[in-house]
Amino acid sequence: MNKTINQKAWLFVIPVFVLVAFNAAIPLMTVVNYSFQETFGNNVFAWEGTRWFKQILLSERFHAALGRQIAFTFIILLIQIPLGIGIALTMPKKGWGVPVCLILMSMPLLIPWNVVGAMWNIFALPDIGFLGYTLNAIGFDYNFTQQPGDAWFTTILMDVWHWTSLVVLLSYAGLNSIQPAYYQAAEIDGASRWAIFRYIELPKMKKVLTLAILLRFMDSFMIYTEPFVLTGGGPGNTTAFLSIDLVKMALGQFDLGPAAAMSLIYFFIVLLVCWVFYNLMMKNEARS
Amino acid sequence: MAKVTLKNLSHSYLEKQNNNADWALRDISIDWKDSGAYALLGPSGCGKTTLLNIVSGLLKPTKGNVLFDDKDVTTLNPVERDIAQIFQFPVIYDTMSVYDNLAFPLKNRGLSDGEIASKVKEIAEMLELTSTLKNRASGLTADGKQKISLGRGLVRSDVNVIMFDEPLTVIDPHLKWVLRSKLKELHQKINRTMIYVTHDQTEALTFADQVVVMHEGQIVQTGTPVELFEKPKHTFVGHFIGSPGMNILPCEIKNGEVNFGGQKISSHNAIKKSNFSKTQIGIRPEFINFSKEGIPVKIKRVSNTGRHKIIDTECTGGNIKILSNASTEIPSGSTHVTFNKKFTYIYGDNWIIE
Repeated sequence: MNKTINQKAWLFVIPVFVLVAFNAAIPLMTVVNYSFQETFGNNVFAWEGTRWFKQILLSERFHAALGRQIAFTFIILLIQIPLGIGIALTMPKKGWGVPVCLILMSMPLLIPWNVVGAMWNIFALPDIGFLGYTLNAIGFDYNFTQQPGDAWFTTILMDVWHWTSLVVLLSYAGLNSIQPAYYQAAEIDGASRWAIFRYIELPKMKKVLTLAILLRFMDSFMIYTEPFVLTGGGPGNTTAFLSIDLVKMALGQFDLGPAAAMSLIYFFIVLLVCWVFYNLMMKNEARS
Repeated sequence: MAKVTLKNLSHSYLEKQNNNADWALRDISIDWKDSGAYALLGPSGCGKTTLLNIVSGLLKPTKGNVLFDDKDVTTLNPVERDIAQIFQFPVIYDTMSVYDNLAFPLKNRGLSDGEIASKVKEIAEMLELTSTLKNRASGLTADGKQKISLGRGLVRSDVNVIMFDEPLTVIDPHLKWVLRSKLKELHQKINRTMIYVTHDQTEALTFADQVVVMHEGQIVQTGTPVELFEKPKHTFVGHFIGSPGMNILPCEIKNGEVNFGGQKISSHNAIKKSNFSKTQIGIRPEFINFSKEGIPVKIKRVSNTGRHKIIDTECTGGNIKILSNASTEIPSGSTHVTFNKKFTYIYGDNWIIE
């Protein structure tokens, strides 16, 4: 049978095409446009070539922000992934404990970002906040608005509080999909608790963990609202992560050209890391 | 090597049990001799896997005891009981090679590398896995994976009992025959007690010396394949074993005489008075003959399987299936049949009347 050729089918693709164009392609192209030009307002543009890209890539300010960003993402992944798996492993698998745990775990995820920031800001205030006050009362010199170490500690604690649940829920789903026969076979084979985790649970959770790491990487690498509300990037620039620095440059200083160039570099870093990471994780899958 | 004794085992998955249906197993007592080959046969949901998991120690019975060589092991775990069990669906350790999968139970028990290597080699040869030993286990086909599961169970040859939970379900038919005879061969070679769970009568009857037939959480009969065939103690055994199964026909008992569809039937076992809520005649299709007189029947359908013919007939008492040689001439329309008295049994409330 011959295929009938019907060009009308394109009509059905148009809505999606228009939608994607408006919410992704056109804004992105605007940024690309800005990144190669200098603007003085009033829609006057001057061609600058790759100048802004060179400037950003060589700027110490960008290096510092990128360094802070990488450190932050690395630390929260290092805490949240093992902690999330650990909590998922201890959660009950049946009975009334299941809904209780699931609801408790979902709560932080349901709170809007800026509310989380504001909550933790008040919670950590050294004079009136419960956390800040208690830490000082038991002898720590804690003040997140003035000491960079304390600011980092608070930001990381806030992120761990806000997002570990996501890792927990994904890991829990992964664990629950393991057939009981695997545990029975391991029991018969005389496997230790560690061996069960290492050879059954971890391999079976690989896909959900890949997803969890990717999501947590992207989200934490692009984090803005929570640290903005909590520390505003301070004290000084010590918690000014990439997106906070970018907004300062774009809206604070109105350097649209460099800010656009930085956006694109930022975008490509996220894309590249995700691509490399995903391919590494899936390499074994394809081989087997 | 061990003798396995089950004493009044009952098990329920529920916290509270109100009636018989709440029990997965009811009052099971079995004696399995050392180094015998046994099969647990029954339909899905009859409790055979539950029983197996209790023997292996994966489940603790609600009531009753499990004894290995007269030693109570009810509270011991599978490692302490020193048993091997193979499951229905392949369980493999995805990230390990085939070799590491087979070596895993040995490594966990702290054997030396040399011992592990020789045992793995031996079992791999038996299961024809030698060429794939270095491959990743997750890349194999379903029956390759199941062979690994089998291998992991058989690699420790010094165990008390080896248990198989429908291990050939996912295996190709031609390979089934090969593996089944391998298992039988292995049993003769290593002489361990083996318990084989299946819902496939051919598998059970070819593997085991003694078959335990289970139905709704109870043992309905234990016996050799011949006993199960010739003298089923429960209508379920008659119906479940044999193809087609036993004819189970309603009958009436009057003054010690058995009446079926207005005909007097003579049977192997006698009954004097009936105080059962229902009485039935059981007769295998193999033991019914056509004749000039006897029970009048109407032939409905004849199916020829090549080796024999299955004849569906109808009479006033119910439908009767008859099995005869393919060469036998089948009368058409109405005719008469007689039951071979030696293999005709009377059942009261599904149990044979002794």
